[in-house]
This record gives sequence, C-alpha cells and structure tokens, in this order.
Amino acid sequence: MRYLDQAAVENIAVGAAFLGTGGGGDSYIGKLMALSAIEKFGPVKLFSVDEIQDEDFFIPAAMMGAPSVLVEKFPKGDEFVKVFQKLANYLGKEQIAGTFPMEAGGVNSMIPIVVAAQLGLPLIDCDGMGRAFPELQMVTFNLDGIPATPMAITDEKGNIGIFETIDNKWTERLARVATVEMGASALVSLYPATGAQIKQSGVHHIVTLSEQIGAIITSKNRDAGDKLQELLKLVSGYELFQGKIVDVIRETKGGFNLGQMHLEGIEAFKGGEMKVHFQNENLIAEKNGQVVAMTPDLICLVDYETLSPVTTESLKYGKRVRVVGLPAHEKWRTEKGVQTVGPRYFGYDYDYVAIEELVKKAVAENV
Amino acid sequence: MYRIGIDVGGTNTDAIILDENHHLIHAVKSPTSLDIKTGIETSLRNLLKESNIDKTQITHAMLGTTQCTNAIVERKKLAQVGVIRLGYPATASVAPYTSWPEDMVQKLSGKYALVHGGYEYDGQVLGEVDKAEITALLEEWGSSVESIAVIGVFSSIKNDQELQIRDLIHQVYGPEFPVSCSSLIGSVGLIERENATILNAALCKVIETTTQGFVQALEEEGITDAAVFLCQNDGTLMSIDYAKQFPILTIACGPTNSIRGASYLAKIKDTMVLDVGGTTSDIGVLQDGFPRESSVAVEVGDIRTNFRMPDIISVGLGGGSIVRSENGKITVGPDSVGYKIGQEALVFGGHTLTTTDIAVRLGLADVGDKSLVAHLDEDFAKKVQSEIAAIIEQAIDKMKTSSGDVELVLVGGGSVVIPDTIRGVSHMIKPENGGVANAIGACIAQISGQYEQIYIYSTEPREDSLRDAQEKAVKQAVLAGADPATVELVEVEETPLAYHPGNATRLRVKVVGNMK
Repeated sequence: MRYLDQAAVENIAVGAAFLGTGGGGDSYIGKLMALSAIEKFGPVKLFSVDEIQDEDFFIPAAMMGAPSVLVEKFPKGDEFVKVFQKLANYLGKEQIAGTFPMEAGGVNSMIPIVVAAQLGLPLIDCDGMGRAFPELQMVTFNLDGIPATPMAITDEKGNIGIFETIDNKWTERLARVATVEMGASALVSLYPATGAQIKQSGVHHIVTLSEQIGAIITSKNRDAGDKLQELLKLVSGYELFQGKIVDVIRETKGGFNLGQMHLEGIEAFKGGEMKVHFQNENLIAEKNGQVVAMTPDLICLVDYETLSPVTTESLKYGKRVRVVGLPAHEKWRTEKGVQTVGPRYFGYDYDYVAIEELVKKAVAENV
Repeated sequence: MYRIGIDVGGTNTDAIILDENHHLIHAVKSPTSLDIKTGIETSLRNLLKESNIDKTQITHAMLGTTQCTNAIVERKKLAQVGVIRLGYPATASVAPYTSWPEDMVQKLSGKYALVHGGYEYDGQVLGEVDKAEITALLEEWGSSVESIAVIGVFSSIKNDQELQIRDLIHQVYGPEFPVSCSSLIGSVGLIERENATILNAALCKVIETTTQGFVQALEEEGITDAAVFLCQNDGTLMSIDYAKQFPILTIACGPTNSIRGASYLAKIKDTMVLDVGGTTSDIGVLQDGFPRESSVAVEVGDIRTNFRMPDIISVGLGGGSIVRSENGKITVGPDSVGYKIGQEALVFGGHTLTTTDIAVRLGLADVGDKSLVAHLDEDFAKKVQSEIAAIIEQAIDKMKTSSGDVELVLVGGGSVVIPDTIRGVSHMIKPENGGVANAIGACIAQISGQYEQIYIYSTEPREDSLRDAQEKAVKQAVLAGADPATVELVEVEETPLAYHPGNATRLRVKVVGNMK
C-alpha cells in the first residue's frame, strides 16, 4: 500500500493519456478534479492487486459521454457517495472495499481518484483495458464472462439509475440513452467485481505504470531521445516512426471521431511515410505501405520534443510527433480478445498479428 | 484629414501619422518608459512637432498598448474581483482559481461563490437563478469587491442568466459597477473561460487609467476632436467605452499590429509574416487581412484561458542573438544582448558575437564598423546563417496548414539577419517602412464583431442559425464603434459536435466594418 499525492496525480494523468492511444479525452479537467479532491480530502491509498482479499467487493468509477460537454459541465464531486451505497444495497453487500479505473485515458484515470478521495476508499492498481477503447463491452472482465451489470448511472443533479441487462451490448445501448438525457455526460459504475475476479480478469499494475510513464515524460532537462529509450524499455515498446503530420482526414460517424493521418518522415525516418488510422483511438499504423502495428496493440503518438501525449482531437498539420507501439495486455491477444477489439471489429480487413512479429518483419525487409 | 497610430512595444513606443489615403506622413520612435504613459507622451509630442501638421485635421487616434499584459504579468494595479459561477451543484468538484498561481489569487482576493443556475448543452435549464441568493451574496461582499466576473455553465449557448445577474449587480452596486460576463469573452470550456473572465474583471482599473491617460495626452497636445480607439488582438479597434468592458482583448495586440501593418505595406492579404526584433521573432499568418486565431488554450501570466488570441509563434532569434561555437557545434540564441547591441556587438566595438555581426560579415547589412568582423571565417559565417535559416524554417513549417511553399513578408528592426533563401518559402517580400509596421497596423485597423454559439440545426435550421449569429455579431461590432452600413461577414466557422443528437453545431461568425 502507498499513498497517491498531487505529484503522483500529475504523472498518472500524463501516463494514462499516453496509454489512451489518442482517445480518452483531454486530461486537464479530470486532473483538476483529482487535484482538488486530494487537496480537500487528503492523499489516496493505492493497493496493489496482491493486497486485496478475494471475497471483498469492489466497484469501478468512470465518466461516460461527450468530452465537449465535460469541459463545460463537470461533476459536483460527491455523486458517487450515494451511488456506491445504492449499488452495495442492490447487490446485498454491506461494504465496498475499494474502487478502480475502467480504462487508462485522460479523464477516466482521474475519476476513480476523485471517488476514492471523496469516500475514503482505497484505489486498486488495476483497470479493465490497460488502454482506452470506445465501448462498454471492450473490457477484459467481459472477455472472462463477467457481466457489466448491475450498473449504476448518475448525474450531478442527484438522479440515479440502476440497470440490469440481458447482455453487455444492451448495457451500452441503455446507458448511452440515459447519458444523453442526463445532459450528455454522466458518471457510471459497471462491472462490479470481487477481489478474486479483479485478480483474474483485471489489467494489473496499470496505475503505477501510468505514473512511471508520466514521470519519465515530465522529467525536466533531459534529452528527448534518452527519455524515449527509458520509456520504451519500461513498456517493452518500439519507436515506429518520427514524422510530421502532413494531412488529417476526419469524419464523424455514430458519435465517433474517425479518420486517418499521414506523416512524412523526419530526422532518422526522413524519406519514409506513415499512415495511422483512428476511431477515437489510434488503431492501425502503416509504414511505407506495410502494417507495423494494429489494434489491440497500442499505437501512441507523442510530441517530438516533449514526448507529451497527442490526442486525436489535437492533430493538425505540421505537428512533429513520434509514433510509439507497444504490445497490448495478453488478454486482448486471445481469440476472444481479438474478436472483441481486433482490426476486423473496427472494419479493417487484416488478421491480427502481434507488434513484435510485425516489427521483426519490417526490420528484416528493411521497410 | 489625418490618423495617428501609436504602438507601445517592449523596447520602443512608435508613433505614426497617415493621411486620408493611408500614406505615411511621418514616423517616430522613442524608448518605452517604465510607466508607459511618459513614453506615449514623448512619442506623440515628437511626432506632432516634427511633422508640423494641422492638429485640427486629426480625426482618429489609435493606441496599441501592453499595459494590460504588463499588469497581469507584474500583478500590479489589479482589482479585487468577486467570482459568481452559475451551475451549482454541477461543477463544484473544481472551484474557481484552482491551479492559479497563489500570488495572483491573493491579489484578486480569491472571493467566489457557486450559485444555482446554468444550462445544459442543448439549452435546457440546468438550474434557475435564485435572486435572493444573489442579493444576499452581494450584501455579504459589500465594498470588498471592485469588479465582478459572472460565469454560467453553457452560457455560450444561452447567456440570459449571466445578463440577468449583471442587471442585479447594477441594481445593488450602481450602474457603473464593472461586471464581466463570460459569454461575451471566452468560448466553450468553463475553466478556461472563467479564467479569462476573471482576468478581464481584474483589469478594470488598469484600462481606466490607460484610456484616461491616452485621452489626456491627446488633449495636452491639442487634439480634442479625434475619435479615440484601442487596438484589439484580432487586428481591429474598439471604442474607449467598449475597451473598458473588454480590456483583456488588448492582450497581444502588438504582434497582431505588426503582421497586419506588414501585410498592408506589402499589399498582400493572405500571407505569412516574420517580424524580427532584437531578441525574438514572431511569426503569424494573415487570412484575408486578419491574423489567424489560435485553436488551443493559451496561457496568460501562467493562467490557462480560451479567449481569442492570434496564433503567433515566437522563437528566440533576433538581431542581438548571441552566436556560439562549441566543439564545432554552432548555436544561435535564444539569449540576446538585447537593447545593449549598440555596445556589445562586435561591429560596434563590443566583445559578443551576434547575428548582426554575421550579417555584416556576409555583406547583408551595413551597420557599425565592418572591419571589426573581417577576421571571421566566411565558411563559419555561412554555417551560422544556415543555422539561422533552420530555426526560421522549422517555425514557418509549424505555422503552415499545408505542405506547399508560402510567401513571406519580412519586417522588423532585426530582419537583416534573415538569409534571402529559406526552405518552404517561395519568395520573400521586404516592404519599405517595415520598421514601423506595428504602428501602421494600429492605424489601419477596422472594427469587428464576433459571435459564437452551439446551434441545434434540427430545431433551428442552418440558414436561421447563421442569420441569428450574424445579427448578434453585427450588434457587437456596432457597439464597438462600427458604421452599421459598412459591416460585412468575413468569417464563418462550423464545427459539428460528436455525440450530440439533433445535428448540433458550434457556429462562430465574425463581421468587420469601417469606423463610424
């Protein structure tokens, strides 16, 4: 067990935005909420997965809805106090032993910290994605057959809804409608889990990993290349490209931000080109016409100089970036994992091949 | 008929006179004084004395000044601000002033209240205004606040609650009491808009002294009939009354004036402009004669805001930038000998190698004593020049929106250090009188109005929405001093919002007209 203070929160926000692979929203407002909560209620306890009891009960906390609404109307802060009680009653549990994040990303890495501070609950060092994905069934708990419901949804006005659905697809449908009625931004709590389930189905160590990534990225007075090497070592990643954005093609479809960006190589990658396809998150990277990374493996864009994570909303011509690829959690690389979040689910006609293989092939063929 | 334009920069206060055909009659430069005011008076006095024009023929006087920026950066002369945020219980998780520098919060007194009110993203009421709550709050604050900032959740969609609170404040504190409404200042993004509104409220005293000082200086020189304007950072002007309501809009008007003046001198309306000073160079982009706006959050005095700002890149390269060579690696800047260039540069008998020395060595400039740099190796000088070119090339590339080459207008006192060929630049234009481009920019400015709101096209069709936004923008422009007959639409920006049902679109329009 250790405590997360304000410095830790700053780092987690940056690291989680990196793991958000372009999605997950702008971390600024989420970070301010977490910093304010810690200032008011004190540092948050972080438990590793080994420190929790199998039979104890845990509820995650997340934000659902439009990032453009969240920047204008953010929560009151204590919404989860009542929600956690209601959900505990509904489930017939006397006590909630802690909370945890659903995904890594600018906003949803921060919400559970706010909740933990507010309720005096420990935060558990795990999440349900190890990155960011757009839909409610894209969670490692789902792969292991854990139902998303009963789930609770609430807003700052005090409305609370509890859903029990026949499958996790219905959860997505009903929650989406309720979110819009609540003002296009709501707080949700789903995939309630026991300690044993967290140990079996969660992506462990993710809060600490985010913090470590953030600490490297925000460290001062260091050469960007050195920082990057340390980062790659930490996440077993690859530097796929260094380039300048020369074109971004976007369209919005069904509430998602789709598109592709073209990069022109700079420095060591001069003469080459890269295409990155995104749907909120970055999903496919093609270097000189050959795929070098694909979902569920992580494709992260960072600023060339500062290594600050670059979200898909902020892509624009002329921005100099590095493209970093890292292997997804092993649960995503199973048959069911690839079915749920692999290239074909998002409409790309590729069989999933692990980034390790793709990079090896690209090196061998001198792509 | 004459117009006077004055631009207060970090180093110099420039003043110019244009005739009715926009021909430059005379220009003067004098050092910017610590109190700003004396520098303005000196420039004005010299300008009138040297040009010897008929003062009664001066119809307009424009001032571009850094006083508001300085007040924020130096934390001086700021008002005690009360902040009223409408939206409770929403938004209570992040209070006003979160992540502000502590000394700044102290200066403004840090008083705030979260009260009921606000709207949802689609214009439905989030909370009703509670008059009794507001009146009680105002009584409690009493004379401890000198200015009030009012910020409502989604006020950029509907701002009648903010205006209602403003009326209430005027009822209690009197009609002259300064009130800043966020919907008139920033865009969507509550924290950033709130920060900009608080800064605007804090500047009410500074803008009062600034405008009074300018009017007084004009009167002392016998200019009593001229219409007086202040420059905004979008390259347009505002009347004194309007400036008193929106002092924050003067921030960064200097670089804007420079690039606008440059485009005017070069007679090009769509171009990139490089303004090279002593220590830094600013690069801006003009679109149809106006500076492109920044699309990201901008920090002012370490405070994150989202009011409109010109999209300018500053790089640490100027006429006084120090040149170093260590182990064969050449560096240029970002430090500079600055205003001491007349003593420290080699060509002036000093001991520091600067970019100006390199320009003189290569025959690009003829200042100082060129024999003092004859010993510099020509190859070395050329290498320094390619380093300078590389700095500029990268900055220009960052400002481009497509990969084609651009036209570049080059102005500013330090522009001699810039090589003739820059990669990514198709050709370079160096207009005459580029040294006072900023004051010219101040002098030729027009009047604008802008309006931004999220419209739901399924209930309010696009045509109606556009008309509504345009009418509101024209109203703003006329309030700022534009002649309604000349106002025309110059910019429409539509951003469809993901997730929002009903085809919700953020619509922003801008209109520009001539001065009344």
